[in-house]
Amino acid sequence: MLKLKNINTFYGNIHALKDVDIEVTEGEIITLIGANGAGKTTTLMSISGIVPPRSGEILFMDKAINHFRPDTIVALGICQVPEGRHIFPYLTVMENLDMGAFLRTDKDNIKKDLEHIFDLFPILAQRRHQPGGTLSGGEQQMLAISRALMARPKLLLLDEPSLGLAPLVVRQIFEIIEKINNESNTTIFLVEQNANLALKTAHRGYVMENGRIMLTDATENLLLDENVKKAYLGM
Amino acid sequence: MEYFLELFLGGLTRGSIYALIALGYTMVYGIIELINFAHGEIYMIGAFTALIVASVLTLFGLNQIAILVLASITAVIYSAAYGFTVEKIAYKPLRHAQRLSPLISAIGMSIFLQNYVLLAQTSDFLPFPSLIPDFEFWEAYSHIIGSAELVILITTTIVMILLTFLIKFTKIGKAMRATAQDRNMAMLVGVNVNQVISMTFIIGSALAAVGGVLIASHIGMINFYIGFIAGIKAFTAAVLGGIGSIPGAVLGSLVLGLTESFATGYVSSDYEDVFAFALLVLILIFRPAGILGRSTTQKV
Repeated sequence: MLKLKNINTFYGNIHALKDVDIEVTEGEIITLIGANGAGKTTTLMSISGIVPPRSGEILFMDKAINHFRPDTIVALGICQVPEGRHIFPYLTVMENLDMGAFLRTDKDNIKKDLEHIFDLFPILAQRRHQPGGTLSGGEQQMLAISRALMARPKLLLLDEPSLGLAPLVVRQIFEIIEKINNESNTTIFLVEQNANLALKTAHRGYVMENGRIMLTDATENLLLDENVKKAYLGM
Repeated sequence: MEYFLELFLGGLTRGSIYALIALGYTMVYGIIELINFAHGEIYMIGAFTALIVASVLTLFGLNQIAILVLASITAVIYSAAYGFTVEKIAYKPLRHAQRLSPLISAIGMSIFLQNYVLLAQTSDFLPFPSLIPDFEFWEAYSHIIGSAELVILITTTIVMILLTFLIKFTKIGKAMRATAQDRNMAMLVGVNVNQVISMTFIIGSALAAVGGVLIASHIGMINFYIGFIAGIKAFTAAVLGGIGSIPGAVLGSLVLGLTESFATGYVSSDYEDVFAFALLVLILIFRPAGILGRSTTQKV
């Protein structure tokens, strides 16, 4: 479904991604783990077209998208929940969700999806008229995921959904992520620092170090890998 | 009491014109954090467009109201086109440059447009036909507020209501607010940010043109320099209300207009600017973000 072929991305003169190759098949959850500054967020920003790669190719459904504008990429069905959630702070919860469906015109289905989201996260229904900035961290993460779901993505990019949340909330969020993958067959690209949790949730994983992919395998194998254990699982 | 009322309504009129211009400053600042110094010139170009259209239409012998409407519409379209083009030429290429560059580009654009009108027209004040008629039924109250001022107040109110509706409830309005709050995130939900920025310039310029036509018709004279002076005042009003905030720009403009009007009426017209800017200094001392401004903490 998504193929990153040899992409190189730069921030000014900083070479952030070096010959990165990643492949995502439809319906799976893949995870990209790595330390701070390894290039995980940059990978997602390159896919979304915010920081386009300088060389290499990104294919989505066999179509090169690396020169597309971010809004065109969203229109193709790739949505991102960025690190730090980025809720529009002065828009209400409802308006934030509306923004998620920005490119959609099928009003009836939007309404249905909205009800579905309020079933998934009843707290958002309660707070629908509240400005997004007044929600707690966990609620904001729920809103951020819901906002992305409102676009009916084919591929959902999640950047550090567990960041700064209480363990209980993290578990709830990850249950929802698996549910999204199971129920609507949405493909998920999960970036996480919490490697243990990420590897237990995903089907396949990539390990990134200093802008390079060092290792890739099924997550069962990665969980047993000595190097991964030492570096990322603290064992 | 009557004198007070007269000054009050005069201040509101003046303030509402400032508001029409100040909205352009504040909306553009809200979205791309740029003080568009060429905005006053857009207002001036609106007035000149109306003058040209009105002069031509007068030759055809159209009635006053028809001329007013047609001249305003043409001015709005022309100014919007200018605002759109200025952004494309002078600001868009500098979107990722450091912040000083677009600011200097804006000042350059302002000087360029002034001189362009100076060359195309003249440096002298040109008489502007009084397009707003004196309504007979209003004669009884005209010592408190004249017909022209009344029309200005009503028009501005209608325009503000339309703008509020646009910003609050339409798709483009939501996209504008989202872009102002978090530009990258707006892109990630599929907003074409370039389109939103262009739209902001178009709306701001159109509002300024409405202000330009109304005030030119009321005062009766224009030249290439009116945009600079009105621009500075409206910019002051936008800062006073809290730059980036739409209700702030309107409130700041009304406060500024009233202050000037009362200063003129009770002290002397020589001191109106002193009072206006003293008020600005005072408000910025006690509320640095402006009356309704949000104080934002810069992330380092």
